[in-house]
Amino acid sequence: MNFRHAKTFLLGAIALGFLASLFADRINPYWLFIFYDIGISIVMAVSLNLINGYTGQFSLGHAGFMAVGAYSSAVITNQFGDLSFLAANGIFAVALLAGGLAAALAGLLVGIPSLRLRGDYLAIVTLGFGEIIRVILQNMDKVGGARGLSVMHGWTNLFWTFGLAAVTVYVVASLVNSTYGRGFIAVRDDEVAAEAMGINTTKYKVTAFVVGAFFAGIAGGLYAHSKQFITPGGFGFMQSIAFVVMVILGGMGNTIGVILAAILLTLLPEGLRMLSGIEHLPGLTAERPLGWIGDTRMIIYSLLLIVLMLTRPQGLFSLKKSSVQK
Amino acid sequence: MSALLQLEKTTIRFGGLTAVSELDLQIGKSELVGLIGPNGAGKTTAFNLITGVYQPTSGEINFDGQSTVGCKPYQITKRGIARTFQNIRLFPSLTVFDNVRAVFHLHLRGDVRHALWRGKGYHAEEKSVADRVLELLEIFQLGRFRDEPAKSLSYGDQRRLEIVRALAAQPKLLLLDEPAAGMNATEKVELTRLIRFIKDKFQISILLVEHDMKLVMEICERIAVLDYGVKIAEGKPDEVRANPKVIAAYLGD
Amino acid sequence: MTEFFQQLINGLAFGSILALIAIGYTMVYGILRFINFAHGDVFMLGAFAGFYLAPKIATVFPLPSIAGAIAVLIVSMLICAALGVAIERLAYRPLRKRPKLTVLITAIGVSLFIEYAGQFFFGAAPKKFPDILPVLPITKIGGLSLNSNQLIVLAVTLILLVALRFIVMKTKIGTAMRAVSFNPEAAALMGVNTDVVISFTFALGSALAAAAGILWAVNYPSIDPLMGILPGLKAFVAAVLGGIGNLPGAALGGLIIGVTETLVSGYISSTYRDAIAFAVLILILLVRPSGLLGKKEIEKV
Ligand SMILES: Nc1ncnc2c1ncn2[C@@H]1O[C@H](COP(=O)(O)OP(=O)(O)OP(=O)(O)O)[C@@H](O)[C@H]1O
Ligand SMILES: [Mg+2]
Repeated sequence: MNFRHAKTFLLGAIALGFLASLFADRINPYWLFIFYDIGISIVMAVSLNLINGYTGQFSLGHAGFMAVGAYSSAVITNQFGDLSFLAANGIFAVALLAGGLAAALAGLLVGIPSLRLRGDYLAIVTLGFGEIIRVILQNMDKVGGARGLSVMHGWTNLFWTFGLAAVTVYVVASLVNSTYGRGFIAVRDDEVAAEAMGINTTKYKVTAFVVGAFFAGIAGGLYAHSKQFITPGGFGFMQSIAFVVMVILGGMGNTIGVILAAILLTLLPEGLRMLSGIEHLPGLTAERPLGWIGDTRMIIYSLLLIVLMLTRPQGLFSLKKSSVQK
Repeated sequence: MSALLQLEKTTIRFGGLTAVSELDLQIGKSELVGLIGPNGAGKTTAFNLITGVYQPTSGEINFDGQSTVGCKPYQITKRGIARTFQNIRLFPSLTVFDNVRAVFHLHLRGDVRHALWRGKGYHAEEKSVADRVLELLEIFQLGRFRDEPAKSLSYGDQRRLEIVRALAAQPKLLLLDEPAAGMNATEKVELTRLIRFIKDKFQISILLVEHDMKLVMEICERIAVLDYGVKIAEGKPDEVRANPKVIAAYLGD
Repeated sequence: MTEFFQQLINGLAFGSILALIAIGYTMVYGILRFINFAHGDVFMLGAFAGFYLAPKIATVFPLPSIAGAIAVLIVSMLICAALGVAIERLAYRPLRKRPKLTVLITAIGVSLFIEYAGQFFFGAAPKKFPDILPVLPITKIGGLSLNSNQLIVLAVTLILLVALRFIVMKTKIGTAMRAVSFNPEAAALMGVNTDVVISFTFALGSALAAAAGILWAVNYPSIDPLMGILPGLKAFVAAVLGGIGNLPGAALGGLIIGVTETLVSGYISSTYRDAIAFAVLILILLVRPSGLLGKKEIEKV
């Protein structure tokens, strides 16, 4: 991918997000919130792709970083009452940044074991960190414990979600598409060789974890101020797995594919939900609407996952033919 | 005159096995030295010691007047030792071009911030890196494969690419671990020419591990022989060839 | 002090159930080098098999009774063994030569499928597991009150572990299993039918998981389709803790997690219960990156 016009892309995407947010009140709120979900999924999947896809580490705890960002930012914004438009967005920006930084700090903590552990061992330790974060939050009464935390302000809008999704894509793609950044892929391909070629593998791995966690924290902030209610249970390991699935279906280390997978997998459950609401389709009698789809939504989702892995293991959007992969 | 690389009684044990035992070895500036020995003699292990993959159990290793003991492999590479691997270890999913480019981060002035800001300086530097990578690839006739993934090259080309990648680190000392393995006769002749060319053009020292005696005898100025981790002989090719200990080691006990 | 022993026994009972599940993870890992994420759900299926079987079996052996309980245990083990073999055939075998990550995601898919299909067919609400064991009077030893169910958990686990050890060490198929886990290519060259060995491994692991499911349900008689997630996760942690691929390691890991978790939640804080397994794991892996009994894998350069 040629990344020469990266900055133009970035500014364009942010401007577009801003324009769209001006027309937000014309959009059906149901769809608006799905758009937020899509933007948040993109931030999550693309940042996880840096860790799992490009650097070849296996993190199963991305939702944990998201939780850190969600709670940190919510605690900050909850200090404020109603604010003017500018002040609100200013505070929101600070809160998102703080959430990202808190998550990055957690990422640093998780990144350190990644230096000693590989593969499955690393996967289970990151999963463990995610779960530990969840349990700690459950035990923090100040943020509502297991009951959850109400977030006073619904400040998330199209500008913030898509602007930040664009920033995430820009940062990850810029990193990876530079001479410096080829080191991430070198670490994934062959750690011993990378080290022998002067690449400080430790630094690259920790960088991947810290940057990845930072954006997951930001996504958490967006999520908190979109749903306005967060619980520790909402950031469990099933959530982490959902993001891993996006990365894998997108084709590990393929940013465009991962974005598409994030969009698709966010829409899929909604699509199935809508399908289940349809009652008047030719051939369908009123006694047998597609309601069963609602109940079997997750069954269909999981079956789809299995079938996709069996038929397109290189990812949905990978152009590579499997014959190339000797 | 102090040598570029100096091993003093370097030893490594794996459990009960002493893979390299009290090895003394010196390599001067622009010298081409051969390291030979039967299978399992400890040649690759010696490379791993020199490049920091393993730490010696005892003994010293000095490079350019400073000890490398305790240094990480990437630090040693930065100080000027680059290597190839006995079993090729390219970055298989990166293109030929990117395999070499990845090493150029060593010579970048800018860092992550450059890559993120993508200003004028960044683009200029990336351009100069690209030019230098292509230049290197062209010298070794790999330019036409620049956009192929490394894993799709033929075996001989992969071996050559590995050498190019090592040269991209701009080392003072190049370690080659059985570069001729798996090559046919014409490829070996070509490789011999190539190694000479590298030494002359880049003015670097080379330590060569190789089983092909003809090749080793032909190009090395000096040869050290390992057997069961112990250096049993060292000298000019003719001296080594005539040494009864070496003959015994190769013919078996 | 009696309080301590009481907690210790609770922990051992919980730990042995984890150990039974952990062994399935570790056996599959030893042979196929991948994490069978759906294993915790086979544990759940074991409990539900018992739930639906109990009324049928009660027509032959009146329940609760020892004979009836054994019958429930064995039939549910057989059913899950067959399920385990089927899962491997349908979902994992076609991916055998694919990257591990692909198989892992498939396994996650299978796990989700079993959980949601379970919610669909069994209903999401918890069910009460029938009393299949006669409640024996609580034995008191020196102030310790021993719950008969806990003793049964310990006894059944011990018997199963001894049987497993016999199968793995003394039988032909067990030898083949060890050969495949040591070096699959060489084993195949020596005429070992790896497909059969892999199927057998899944059958064995799933049967143990089913046994764990029944034991769990006897002790904590509320069962639901998602009940396999947490014990599965903890058992998996136990397997990694012991050194994944290592059978005694899995048993040891299970006991360590079971006892630590019970003691900590008894003495320090029960709300942190679900984080303990992971905290122990992280601490131990930082000191021993390949687990307690796992062999250090050296990468040859
Ligand atoms: N990491 C290790 N752990 C244990 N033993 C090792 C390790 N690395 C090498 N050895 C042992 O050290 C000895 C020397 O091995 P080495 O690879 O250095 O031999 P070599 O001279 O390069 O042989 P070849 O010509 O076959 O490449 C061998 O017996 C080998 O098994
Ligand atoms: Mg060797």
